[in-house]
This record gives sequence, structure tokens and C-alpha cells, in this order.
Amino acid sequence: MDFLRPDSWEEALAAKAEHPTAVPIAGGTDVMVEINFDHRRPEYLLDLNRITELSEWEVGEKTVRLGASVPYTKIMENLRAELPGLALASHTVASPQIRNRGGVGGNLGTASPAGDAHPALLAADCEVEVESVRGSRRIPIDEFYTGVKRNALAPDELIRAVHIDKADGPQQYSKVGTRNAMVIAVCAFGLAVHPETRTVRTGIGSAAPTPVRAKEAEQFLNSALEEGGFWDNGKIITPSVAKQFADLCSAACNPIDDVRGTASYRRHAVGVMARRTLTWAWESYRGNAARTEGVA
Amino acid sequence: MADTRTTGVPANVTQGSQTKGGIGESTLRPDGTLKVTGEFAYSSDMWHEDMLWGQILRSTVAHAEIVSIDTSEALATSGVYAVLTYDDLPTDVKNYGLEIQDTPVLAHGKVRHHGEPVALVAADHPETARRAAAKIKVEYRELPVITDEASATAPDAILVHEGRDDHHAGHVPHPNIVHRQPIIRGNADEAAERADVIVKGEYTFGMQDQAFLGPESGLAVPSEDGGVDLYVATQWLHSDLKQIAPVLGLPEEKVRMTLSGVGGAFGGREDLSMQIHACLLALRTGKPVKIVYNRFESFFGHVHRHPAKLYYEHGATKDGKLTHMKCKIVLDGGAYASASPAVVGNASSLSVGPYVVDDVDIEAYALYTNNPPCGAMRGFGAVQACFAYEAQMDKVADELGMDRIAFRQLNAMEQGTIMPTGQVVDSPAPVAELLRRVKAMPMPPERQWEDSEGADVRQLPGGLSNTTHGEGVVRGVGYAVGIKNVGFSEGFDDYSTAKVRMEVIGGEPVVTVHTAMAEVGQGGVTVHAQIARTELGVGQVTIHPADTQVGSAGSTSASRQTYVTGGAVKNACELVREKVLEIGRRKLGTYHPAWATAELLLEGGKVVTDGGEVLADLADVLEDEVVEIEEEWRHRPTVAFDLKTGQGDGHVQYSFAAHRAVVEVDTELGLVKVVELACAQDVGKALNPLSVVGQIQGGTTQGLGVAVMEEIIVDPKTAKVRNPSFTDYLIPTILDTPTIPVDVLELADEHAPYGLRGIGEAPTLSSTPAVLAAIRNATGLALDRTPVRPEHLTGTVPA
Amino acid sequence: MRVNFTVNGRKQEADDVWEGESLLYVLRERLGLPGSKNACEQGECGSCTVRLDGVPVCSCLVAAGQAEGREVVTVEGLADFAKNRACGGHDGEGKGGACGTTLQEAQGWSAKGTDSQTGEGGELSPIQQAFIDAGAVQCGFCTPGLLVAADEMLERNANPSDADIREALSGNLCRCTGYEKIMDAVRLAAARQSETASSQGV
Repeated sequence: MDFLRPDSWEEALAAKAEHPTAVPIAGGTDVMVEINFDHRRPEYLLDLNRITELSEWEVGEKTVRLGASVPYTKIMENLRAELPGLALASHTVASPQIRNRGGVGGNLGTASPAGDAHPALLAADCEVEVESVRGSRRIPIDEFYTGVKRNALAPDELIRAVHIDKADGPQQYSKVGTRNAMVIAVCAFGLAVHPETRTVRTGIGSAAPTPVRAKEAEQFLNSALEEGGFWDNGKIITPSVAKQFADLCSAACNPIDDVRGTASYRRHAVGVMARRTLTWAWESYRGNAARTEGVA
Repeated sequence: MADTRTTGVPANVTQGSQTKGGIGESTLRPDGTLKVTGEFAYSSDMWHEDMLWGQILRSTVAHAEIVSIDTSEALATSGVYAVLTYDDLPTDVKNYGLEIQDTPVLAHGKVRHHGEPVALVAADHPETARRAAAKIKVEYRELPVITDEASATAPDAILVHEGRDDHHAGHVPHPNIVHRQPIIRGNADEAAERADVIVKGEYTFGMQDQAFLGPESGLAVPSEDGGVDLYVATQWLHSDLKQIAPVLGLPEEKVRMTLSGVGGAFGGREDLSMQIHACLLALRTGKPVKIVYNRFESFFGHVHRHPAKLYYEHGATKDGKLTHMKCKIVLDGGAYASASPAVVGNASSLSVGPYVVDDVDIEAYALYTNNPPCGAMRGFGAVQACFAYEAQMDKVADELGMDRIAFRQLNAMEQGTIMPTGQVVDSPAPVAELLRRVKAMPMPPERQWEDSEGADVRQLPGGLSNTTHGEGVVRGVGYAVGIKNVGFSEGFDDYSTAKVRMEVIGGEPVVTVHTAMAEVGQGGVTVHAQIARTELGVGQVTIHPADTQVGSAGSTSASRQTYVTGGAVKNACELVREKVLEIGRRKLGTYHPAWATAELLLEGGKVVTDGGEVLADLADVLEDEVVEIEEEWRHRPTVAFDLKTGQGDGHVQYSFAAHRAVVEVDTELGLVKVVELACAQDVGKALNPLSVVGQIQGGTTQGLGVAVMEEIIVDPKTAKVRNPSFTDYLIPTILDTPTIPVDVLELADEHAPYGLRGIGEAPTLSSTPAVLAAIRNATGLALDRTPVRPEHLTGTVPA
Repeated sequence: MRVNFTVNGRKQEADDVWEGESLLYVLRERLGLPGSKNACEQGECGSCTVRLDGVPVCSCLVAAGQAEGREVVTVEGLADFAKNRACGGHDGEGKGGACGTTLQEAQGWSAKGTDSQTGEGGELSPIQQAFIDAGAVQCGFCTPGLLVAADEMLERNANPSDADIREALSGNLCRCTGYEKIMDAVRLAAARQSETASSQGV
């Protein structure tokens, strides 16, 4: 095993080009577990800790450019207003120690369906900025997850940042685990209300081979909101609409039975979370801000 | 704090002395400073110049014949010093075991469970050792796996152990049953006819892991005399020694064991883990060898709590009196016997719980299967039974339309009650009182998760995961009480040894207490110093490291150490005191008549009369004389249970605790938040109240864990463990653990030192059924298994 | 490879480090600082918690090479670290050095631990003292990580609510205590800290 320690982004890209099998390590919260448990022996470890720009973020007019290694703790503390869904998701990541090291780049790189950030990123909508010595490109989040623990990165590419739309409305995030802290998701759900486009977007974690959106549920809800004039009249979401939205979110799942939970529970729980997060977010949109946004 | 203590009137119990830091005070741990500075040396912290690292290759399948093992490539690896297999074992003794020596040091011909040790490697770096182990080629021919009672006891079942000749082999109904203990008393069938209601239930208890935080580890150092020095974390040095020495072909005095810091135990260190392996590698290479399991390996490196199926029938008259009880308890012992026979004895003899039932028909047995071996864990057979009989008590009370607490109190045992084994309970058994107390404790406020700003998710089911802001949340309350035996039972010679020394150093009397007691965190070292201060009136007490240079202390298990080794220390101190007074009489007797006539005590470093008159400083009595006494001490003997009727005075002492659980359940998502878990326990005499409460809270939390999250999941098709990690075997975090108010009752047991009662395990029993009862109360669901997971609460268990 | 970094205020150099080694392994096996514990090596228990450039992290999940040039505080340096903080200083004075726990040291622990009634000299940080006083230590294996995490929380939040304490310590597993005495210890340390602060007119 070789340990590569690039001092700059350019050096990192060069190293990755030279050694496409090199495994990037930033927070180490995935990679080191695999090494400690002898599940993985990469030929090269590519340390990204020395590249300070990866731990920086920039709040623009429309979007936030979030460095791939910005620790979850920083997202919770500093980007609650701009990225409320991701801030809530960040707060559910493992433990304080892990949140101090791990960042969105790791979740995206590993592309595990259980990564906590995915549902929030899907719901908020974002682009993943990746780069290699061949050049830079932005991958829409909807095209990023390509299979179980697989993503759209080329072997020589590294994740540099995520460009996330600033919240234009309330966002919510829920995750089910069988413990009240420090737990891997049995399943998770993210929801973002986008008043500017009069749409609601969703994201589902751990309930399909990849993180997914509940697109049919979104379409149903978007039409129901439009037809009912909800965006303007500020009415509460009718229970039947919420229920059908929840059912469609459940239907969007393609889960498995595993040691963390049953497929049937995952489908059920995603439905419950869909209904609750929609209710909270919509109540917030109507002007009754929920406390949880303050907790993140 | 909510901790309260009530002291009964102790009978025949020595009152506390004037010396500061004696029994009854919450003195602080002597190892506390070293533990908070990081200097305390745990077994995994050992280091030796030029040491090697040991690595164990474990079976990847549960049941298979070993066709061949090829170690050549591993041996040829640079940095590798030794690769050992079964063929390298030096003597004819190739197995070990606590009671039945059925566990191979290294697999021979066959593996019987997933993760069984097959080969050993010693190398100059852990990674070198791991890589070399991976190069060992083992060819397996897989066999069908035995994973449950049906497959184990089928007439044509494959035998997990062929040709059994152990002392249980002759009386078990099937060779795949390790041990079976029936208990018959009265006539349950006849009594059933008097019953107005009969309640039957089937219960399932999942496989729990001790999950001590300090992984199995140690250092073996070969010595010039051909022996070995072993530094290790264990619960019983001398039991280890008896099993290690014959395999090494060394006399016991050439295997010198010293207890290293132990990072928790809870039963999981009763069996050997890396001890023999490290010694074999050290003796083979002539170099010190360190072995440290990682968490993955730790799940394979020790036995677990027996999973169990429990079948119960209770009857009661309409005025609420229990008529009879029938039960069958089937424990899965896994591939090797470990402590299964004793667990069977406990499960069987304590299966009625702390209740008076004259007519019983009980049987308990443990299976041999290809599942992970199971053995000792805190509560030891009594835990599984308590989960089932307490569920039954609620059901019977409900069937009768009686209050659940009142029903239990009506049937509660008390001093003088006869156990199903025929043993008379001859010390306080305040079962009804504990229930009264735990019920009387103030209830936690409703909706405590809500404040002026709304819901604080940290206090709701789901916690930080933000799953509810109060939606679907229903509160439930449940009660349970349990009975645990203290000490080793069934005729075992359960003694301990203490060596106590008094001398004058720098003009001050100093006492040294030397035992082989394994301090695993319970605070035995604190208590030994307190006993020495009380008995010898000397403030300065040194606790000598535990090793095999002193007689056996027995195991740190069965809630027995404060009783038995505490008793041994007390006894040795009394003998030292007599000797010191004898010296005093010889040297100074002529100076004061009281030396001959008065009752003399040692207090505050002086010899005083019972009237309080000071006769001499201990320093002047002893001068340069040293008084040192090593003596064994025994509690009252017990007898074995009759193999057919289960009759016999098999237990030393009983211990009781009661819990009230308050939970909030998100009934839609099936998530549980335990809001409060109150406990009332009789401790006889709290030698160190702070430690007593700490033990109760810790035991309570382990019971909570197995109620809502902890379970080793074994694939029924392959018998392979599916979740050997802290990612998927979950234990409670601080956000899962509620406040645990404790009400400590002190009713002395006149047979025990200072009237004390062993306390470590009882709180682990009743905690689980109390939480389950509270969840049932909140959800209205029957819930006949533990742990209960979200799918059980939401009807989403796959068909 | 070679790794240079600062531990408890003292420059340290580790040679022949295998690239897959964790910071935890280097601390424990190469620098003679076994106080940080190896309970799970997967970031689930917090017993290996150290401060890395001031931030609490699981040292089992930091690759040794990632520590190059950085500052680490372990439980062994916690008392000095807290003292310097109280004095407004920055540089901790390390006590690392000799490699490993020698057998002599290992055998000496309980002989040294003579009598807690009289104290043992050696200055402790307020959180360390509170853990002893409150009975928050049983087997003690989780203690080093909890101390580092709790000390850092009290640095940020001098008057934590119970929920704050639980959240801050939710990454540290304890199997012995049921956490109640740990809660007591942190409350005690917070109370003593605010007493000290008010008596100094801070």
C-alpha cells in the first residue's frame, strides 16, 4: 500500500490520473473501517486532507458551492438557513466525532444507498462537480447514482464540490434507525418544497439499490397542489392527498430484507416519513415554522 | 439525585468502625486516577520489546469436515515466525472447557461453528500476520447445519459431538442435548383442575452479546525456565490456568498468570479466548506474543447469552392465587458446552420466578447446534425465564381482571417460602415490598419532550433522526420483578482465598490485601480496601495485583465476588487481627489489665477497648513484625439438584430487583424511547452505596438493550453470524438510556458477610420484561419475543 | 513511511509506519500512549476519541499519514490541556515518550493505587476529577474517549442541558454504567466550572 499526500488539488488530480485505483480518503469514516476490518487493501490511499479548499464552502446568489470535505458539523452549524434539508440530514450522521470528519464527498464517493446525505441532496437538487486531469464536469444528482455502491465517476475523477440550490422553501429530513443515535439508516426520506417552481422534490435512502426520488409521488403531489390552489390559498394539505403521496413514496421503494430491517417495514416507514415530512414542511410553508429546523 | 436507601435492622452484623473509608461509605475507586489519565494498563495495552503479534485464522463456514490445511505459503511470508495448526499441539490434551472439555484449541477434522479457530500465525506486525493468515489454504467439505431444536433432536440428526463421554451424556434424552434438568414438585396436573383460569404462552429470547468494550487480548512472555508469563483479561485466573497448563504440557507453576486491566466482562470472559493461543505461539517462537481481537473477531471470540424458546402454562383461582406452573425452556447452547449445564440448572430452578407455586412441572435443557457457542452472561439462565414468567404474570392478572402489581404481591414469595427445588428461602425476600416501592416512585412528567419552543426530538422516539414531533407517540408503563441466585450452585466448592498482611512502613501501619479476584470494573478492589479498613482499623490499604501467586478467588461472576472474596478478605482480616492482638498481649499485656479482660478492637491505627479506651498504637504493637495470613473461605455448602426431580438445596443466596419502565412508542414507525427505568432492589447491605447504584444502573441498561435492540442474528440456513460488528449489533447509547432512579433496600442476610447480598445480576433480569410490558401497554400488541424491533410493532415481519 | 506530528504538545516521529495504520495504532503501539482505546475500530464507540487540531475525532478512522504535521491531544495530555486552557495558554506539555506499557508499569497499577482516601497527587482536569468523584468509572475502557468528548463539550457549552450532554456524548458507548453516573460527572464538572468562573469574576 502506498500513501499519496498531494498538497494541492492539481497534484491530487495528477495522482489519481497516474493511479486510477487509488482510493481517496478524506474523513476516513468509510475507508478506514474497511481497512481496519480487512475488507479492503487498496494499492494506493490518496489523502485529500491537505487540500484545504475541499473543506470550504461559498454561498452564492442561487446556490451553495459546498466543498466535498466540509464536515457535517460545519454544515449543521453554518448552512442551516441555506441548506436546511442537508443540515437536518447531517445531524443524523453517526456521532459527533464522525460528523466532525465526514463530508458529503464521502457519501457520494461511496454511493451506498444508506448514505445519510443522499435523500437531502436529491430533494434539494444539486450538481456534483467532478474533475480529472482531462477536465471538469458537473453531474446532475439525478444521474449520479448508477447502481449499488456505484456512481457516475470515471476512474480518474475526484469529487471536488457539490452545487446545491439554496432553499427557496421549507425542507425536511427523517431517518429511521433502530437506535436513537449513532445508527445506520434502515431507511430515510428527504423532502424539499420549492415555491419558486411550485414543485416538491423527494429523496429516499436505503430502500432501493440506489438513493432514489419518488417521482410519481412528486408528480401526483405537484398536480394536486396546483389543482387545489394550495400554493396560493395556504390551506393545509388534505389528509387524502398526504396519504396518496405517502403511498406513492412507499411504492417508489424497491427494498430488501437485511439485518437492519425488513423490506416490508422499509416500505411502510418511508410512507410514514413521507406523510410527516410533507406535513411539517407544508405547515412551515404556511407560516408555522416547526421547531426541528432550529434543532439542526 | 433520585437514589434512595432504606436500611433494615441487620441481624448479627458487625457495625461500621470508626476508621474512615470503611464499609458502608462511598469510597472512591483505587484505580480511578489511573483510569482517567489513560495510564491504567488494560490487556490490549501490553507491550514488550521484540514482541510478535498473534493472529487467528477462523472457519468461514459453520459445519464442515476439514479436508486439508496448507500453511506453506503463510510460513514462507517474510516477517512470519510461526504458523500452528492442530498438528502442532504439544500434548495429548487438545481440548478445553469450563465443565466439559469439548472445545478444541484448534479445529481437528471438523469445524462446528462459524468462526472456530483453525490456525495461528505469529508475525512482526499485525498486518503481516493478517496477510499470512489469509494465505493459509483450508479446504472444507460442508455438512448440513443444525440450527434449532427440531434439527438437533431428530432421531437421525447428525451429532454435533460424536462419542460423548461427559458426565451428562448418560442422562440426556438425545446426544445433541448438553444437559437436561427437570423439576417436579407437587402435582401440576391435579392442581390445574383447581384453576379458574389457565394462561399459556410461548416466548422467544434472542441471542445477546456481552459487548464488553475491551476486546479479548493479552501478552504471553516465554521465560527462561521453559514456562510462560501470561498477562490477560479474564474473570477467573485459576480456572484459566487449569485449562491452559495441560494443553501446553507445563506444570501449573510454570504458567504464571497476572490479571491485566479488564475492559468489562459480563460473563464473556469466563471461557478462554486467546490465552492458550498466545502461549503456544510464545513458546514456539521464544518471543513475547501479543494478541488483540478486533471487534469483528470479538463477536466470534467469546460465548453469548443463550437464545431460548420458553413454553409456559400458569393457572390461578379467581381470587388470584397461582395454582400451578408448567414450563419447558429450550436453550440453544451452540457448538460447545461452555457453561450450558449450569445455565440449564439456573433456568430450571428459577423458572417460577419470585412467586409461591406449590405444584410445578418444569424442564429446561440446552441443545448442541452449529450456532455460535453460548454460555455465561450476566443473569445466566434467569434472564430468559424472567422475560417469560413476567409476561405470563401480566396475562394471568389481566385474565383475572386484577391489578398486575396486586396480583404479583398476592403470590410473592417471602422469607420461609419453599422453592420448587424444596429449598427454603431463609433470608429476607422482600418481593412485594420492592414492587410497592418501585410503584410508589414519582412518575416522569407527561410529554417531557415538549417545551415552549415545541418538540425536542432528542427526547422523542427516533431521537436525532427527526422521525416524529409527537405524531403517533403513545406512552406505556410496565412492571416486572425477578429472582437471581448468588454464587456458584449445585454443590460446587465455591471458595475464595485472601492473603492479608499488616506491617509498619514509615511509622504507620499499612495493610496489603492480595487476592486473585478479577477486577472487571465492578469495584471489588474498592470494597476489599473498605473491608480491611473496617476490620483492621488501618487507613492505608494497598491492593496487590491479582495473580496466581495466591490461592483461587473463584470467578468474578454469579454476583458472588463481594460475598465470597469479600468474605475471604473479611475472614483473613479477622485472623490477622487476632494475631496482632496476640502480639500486643505478649508485648504490652502487662502494662494494662484491659489487654486480658476487655473486648479489643482495631480502630484508627490503634488498639482500643470496646469501651473506647486506647491501649496502644498499632505501630508500637507490631514494630518490625509482619503479620501475614492467607486463608480460604467458604460460604454454606450447596447440593446438586436431583436429576429426575430437581430437588435439592442448590443455591447459596437469592437476590431480588423490581423495575418500572415508562416508554414512549412511536406506534406508526415502531420506534421506542424508554423515558425512565426505575429500579428497587434489596442489597442486604450496601458496602459501597455509590458502586451499588452504579451496578444496578448498568445491569438495568443491559436489560434495556436486549429489550429493544440487541441481538446476534444467525442465518438459519448457514448458521453464520450476520452482524458481527458495532454497526449492526447495537447497544444502547446515552440517548437511548433514560434516567434510572434507584431505591436501595438493605435487609440483612444473616448468613452472609455484613448481611450483604450479591447484586450485579438481578437488575438485568427484570429490566427487559418491564420494558416489554410497557411497550405492550403502549401498543396493545402481544409481543412474545425480545428484542422487539420496529417490524414487530408495525406488522411488517415477512411471512 | 514516516509520520511527524505533535501529541500533547510534544513533537513525535513514527518510523516504518504501514500505510494502512490508523492514528490510534500509532499512538498506542508506536508512541507509548495507549490511553486512547481500541474497542471497535469502526467509529461506533468513541473510546479512541482524541482532539485533532482541536476537533474531537475517532482516531481509529484517521489514517496515520493524515496526521502529518497536525496537533493531537489524547487523554494522557488532557490534564495539561485543560490547565493551559484555564490559564489562557495554548501549548500543552506532553507526557508521551517511552514506548508502550511496560510490564513493570502494568504490574504497578494497583500497587500505586493505594488509597483514594488520601488522593494521589498528580493534577487532574476538572472532568477527570468529576468522573472519579461521581462514580462514572467502572471498567474504565470507555472513559478516556468520554473524557476527551465531555471536556470539549464543556469548552463549547459551559451550561449544558441534560439533552445537550446526551447529544454530545452520543458517540461514546459505555457498557458498564448505564450512563447515569456519567451524566452526574458532567453535571458536576459543569457546576464546578461555573463556580470557579464566578469566583474569578469571569
